[in-house]
Amino acid sequence: MKTKFKWITLLITLAISVPGLPVMAAAADAPAIDTGDTAFIIVCAALVMIMTPGLALFYGGMVRKKNVLGTIMQSFAAMALVSVQWVLIGYTLGFGTDIGHLIGNLQWLGMSGVGIDPNPDYSATIPQSVFAVFQLMFAIITVALISGSFAERMRFPIFIAFVLLWTTLVYDPLAHWVWGVNGWLRNLGALDFAGGTVVHISSGVSGLVACLFLGRRREEGFDAMMPHNLPMTMLGAALLWFGWFGFNAGSALGANGLAGHAFLVTNTCAAVGALSWVGAEWLHHGKPTALGFASGLVAGLVAITPAAGFVSPASSILMGIIVGPLCYYAVSHLKSKFGYDDTLDAFGIHGVGGIFGALATGVLATTAVNPAGVDGLLFGNPHQLLVQLIAVVAAVAFAATATFVILNVLSMFASLRISEDAEEIGLDITQHGEDAYSYMEISSAQR
Amino acid sequence: MKKIEAIIRPTKFEELKAALEKIGVRGMTVYDVRGRGLQGAEKQYYRGQEHSIDLFPKIKLEIVCQDESVENIISQILKICKSGKKGDGKIFVYPVERIIRISTREEGGAAL
Repeated sequence: MKTKFKWITLLITLAISVPGLPVMAAAADAPAIDTGDTAFIIVCAALVMIMTPGLALFYGGMVRKKNVLGTIMQSFAAMALVSVQWVLIGYTLGFGTDIGHLIGNLQWLGMSGVGIDPNPDYSATIPQSVFAVFQLMFAIITVALISGSFAERMRFPIFIAFVLLWTTLVYDPLAHWVWGVNGWLRNLGALDFAGGTVVHISSGVSGLVACLFLGRRREEGFDAMMPHNLPMTMLGAALLWFGWFGFNAGSALGANGLAGHAFLVTNTCAAVGALSWVGAEWLHHGKPTALGFASGLVAGLVAITPAAGFVSPASSILMGIIVGPLCYYAVSHLKSKFGYDDTLDAFGIHGVGGIFGALATGVLATTAVNPAGVDGLLFGNPHQLLVQLIAVVAAVAFAATATFVILNVLSMFASLRISEDAEEIGLDITQHGEDAYSYMEISSAQR
Repeated sequence: MKKIEAIIRPTKFEELKAALEKIGVRGMTVYDVRGRGLQGAEKQYYRGQEHSIDLFPKIKLEIVCQDESVENIISQILKICKSGKKGDGKIFVYPVERIIRISTREEGGAAL
């Protein structure tokens, strides 16, 4: 009996360890793993993960109550879909060995070979699996951000297809351009510490294209299109602020001084962004709003994202002062002037704030903060601003074109939008068959 | 018997309820309602987008009473709920044909 048990144990051990054998063998002469760095990045990955449920609440509170579950489900669906896509193909497209400066090869298809060995190209002191899971969380939130632009009107099956196509065809290549070894924007010297271009410009611009492509909500201008639960939005903003420390400090890829610096300027810019947005609307129409505060802190976080490892605390205050009123202007004036229905302002905040942040990085970056970085315009290197501008234009053009093509192809197969009746009833009941607040309505007992 | 319907400012409700209790009026049905009358629209701003709010939250209460109690109840409502500004609300009085208490099948005044 005992020997039988031994044999079974041995077989199971073998079965588990055989696929892992090449990894183990290679570990002998691999670079040393730093336990502090590894622990830090694991925690940071979890912090970035919580941003997407935070975004779900941030967005969920801003829609009308008949659409709250549908809106929240889009962010949660992105978490699950991109998690699988990333393991299968996303990580290797983004970070595999370069092909033509445009995309990674398929060496890590299905994460084969991605294990405890560090990949010195990206992070010499942490297991590659930790680097891969940290990067995954960025891919998740990027596509979830776009959902703010077409909120309250996209069919759920179309959303699933859009997420998979967009993350594969837009996010993965763009991540490679900017962060991948030999990616063309990286070679050009574009600075993007934590994803201003890859995450915020790409999602914001794609959101703008998507909301133009889908068209305005049918009830816009008739129904009162006001947020249904702003405390929910504030809770979501709190989770975003909290998780963003993992996003920006973690992008140092080590538990070191640069991470601490990124943490400091991130918090500063968020705070100043909240104050400057609220100040702008206070002057404009006389009231400091809670939604303005939440929006401003997110705008501040967006702006500092590309700059977090390159600019001084004083510069982060300056960026916060500008980005609040700038994004406020975009959502209160630009949107109505041009008449696009960017429901929850993914473009107005992430697109506009992201472009501002990328350009401001080219002005305010200094090697006094990070010797591995570059000086910006203000520190005697005007060339860096040009490089940042090229990166911005490339990201805008690529994300806009690719999103347009994806939506065009999808629309050949099925209608992207829910029907007029469904729009009136809401996403929750028509797409998911449930009602967020049914217990509050007497009529639910009769349904 | 009469039914008095009063639409009042929500802030006045607790005071009115206490005053009515003092004059022996206990039974009432209360609704949270929204409505509009003379009170002008209010502006709200969400991310700088202006929304004009012209349906205001009010409380509507219904009291069914004997004919002789009507004036007393109305004077209490007027005393407590009048601020003199637009938006104080309205009082409606209707005749009531029948009243039946479901638990005991009592009818008329006994059912009040």
